[in-house]
Amino acid sequence: MTMIRSTVPVGASFADGSELDWAQSLVPGLVVLDARVPPNAPWSGVVAAGQVLTIVDVGGNQSGDCLMYNAADHDERYSAPDTLTWEQNAYVSTGTVLRSNEGRPLMTVIGNEIDRHDTIGGACGKESNTLRYGHHVMYHHGCRENFLAEASRHGLGVRDLVSNLNWFMNVPVEADGALGIVDGLSAPGRRVAVRAEMDVLVLVSNCPQMNNPCNDFNPTPLRMIVVEPS
Amino acid sequence: MALSVPRDQHTTDTVLNARSDARAQGGQSTEWMPHLPASSSPFAPAGIDPAALVWGEVVAPGGYTHKVVARGTRIRFDDPTGNACATLVVYNALEPVERLNVADTQKIPWQAYLGAGHPLLSGDGRVLASIVADTSGRHDAFCGTSTDMWNERKYGDSRSEGPTPSGRGLLVKAAAKHGLGRRDLPPSISFFQGVRVESDGKLGWQGSAGARTYVELVAELPLLVLVANVAHPLDPRTDYVVGPLHVHAWRGRPTGPADARFGTAPELERAYLNTIDYADARGL
Repeated sequence: MTMIRSTVPVGASFADGSELDWAQSLVPGLVVLDARVPPNAPWSGVVAAGQVLTIVDVGGNQSGDCLMYNAADHDERYSAPDTLTWEQNAYVSTGTVLRSNEGRPLMTVIGNEIDRHDTIGGACGKESNTLRYGHHVMYHHGCRENFLAEASRHGLGVRDLVSNLNWFMNVPVEADGALGIVDGLSAPGRRVAVRAEMDVLVLVSNCPQMNNPCNDFNPTPLRMIVVEPS
Repeated sequence: MALSVPRDQHTTDTVLNARSDARAQGGQSTEWMPHLPASSSPFAPAGIDPAALVWGEVVAPGGYTHKVVARGTRIRFDDPTGNACATLVVYNALEPVERLNVADTQKIPWQAYLGAGHPLLSGDGRVLASIVADTSGRHDAFCGTSTDMWNERKYGDSRSEGPTPSGRGLLVKAAAKHGLGRRDLPPSISFFQGVRVESDGKLGWQGSAGARTYVELVAELPLLVLVANVAHPLDPRTDYVVGPLHVHAWRGRPTGPADARFGTAPELERAYLNTIDYADARGL
């Protein structure tokens, strides 16, 4: 009997021989969580106030799409526009305070090994992929799917998805307003560290996009390390 | 605001007197109010048959409004003074989980600045509304609107019933009137007050193009429209400066393959195809 297998593209993974640097926490402290997020997969965790989450770009230029929620009140969540307005800057970098839709600090970037991160470009998804690349990509996996799957584990759904942050992704805005995802500024083992300013639920999609350079067309793992700073 | 008639001129000691007193207040006009029927709006756009109007309103500075309009409706915002700031969120009225997605609205057209021809996209690969006319060119899709925390810090007060209401506070109420809560409010956009990204990423204030500009949208799906008319968060003026906002809407038709804007970019054409596909299947 012939075995019929799914023909849904399962998403690319990194090529053999890709350089991987798993690195360590960017700040010293007691490790309370250490997770390896495979290519294409979602992840979530709660970072308690004062703890520091280091995200390691293990293979380089791997977008980590990220949403954050007040762990005690999920109606309060990351707001890209409030973050940009308070910083009066279009990019996320060292010192950026990641703010909620009420304007309150959720997390602060306290360590950072690349020039800037993106919070304009949003997340890929099956439907928006059809606009960007054509209807033939409808069955590709997307970050919106990862977010929905991971959000559902916390009682959250599509109403809770908003404009997100993209660690290690590069979206320049040019003088005439042209903007887009271009080649990244990161490299294997580069890190960003964010300190929780309240108890924060963090959702991450290790971006499975197969059609643009947000993961250098070579999806690699992410490492998530939470420490209680010493 | 002071009472329009002093206490000693009201006779309200019995139900009948109170009724007479209340009824005597009808029929008045003020600078900012909805006009009903919409065809009676004193500010109907030139060239538009007043009988076709379905919405005619002047939104007060610091006020908000909201309406559900049919697919194909043309919606026009006028800034008569140069100080309006129309903060907007739109939803698919049939399934409000489908709503404005500012990230896709900037990313998919490869353009951060809103203007004529720009689609307002949902997160579901469809066009909720198309910007079809724009004489201002000064808009913002980066900063959202003011929160209570922002206005308390900037003006000392954010209350909706106070002199410097926050945009978010008003949008929370507009959404609530359609059964929607805080989790249903995504990032918003603003018309008539511009922001530009400088080479170092700084968000530079551009402000208004001046008095008497307008923006027109076409509703590509049945649309829930929420509007707050509040000072832009990056407005550098220390006073809370905002002018009246005129809103009109009239019956029209959605974008189709015969319209020049349908095929101006491959991303846009597929977005319209997705929208029409949804509308056809739903029998709209």
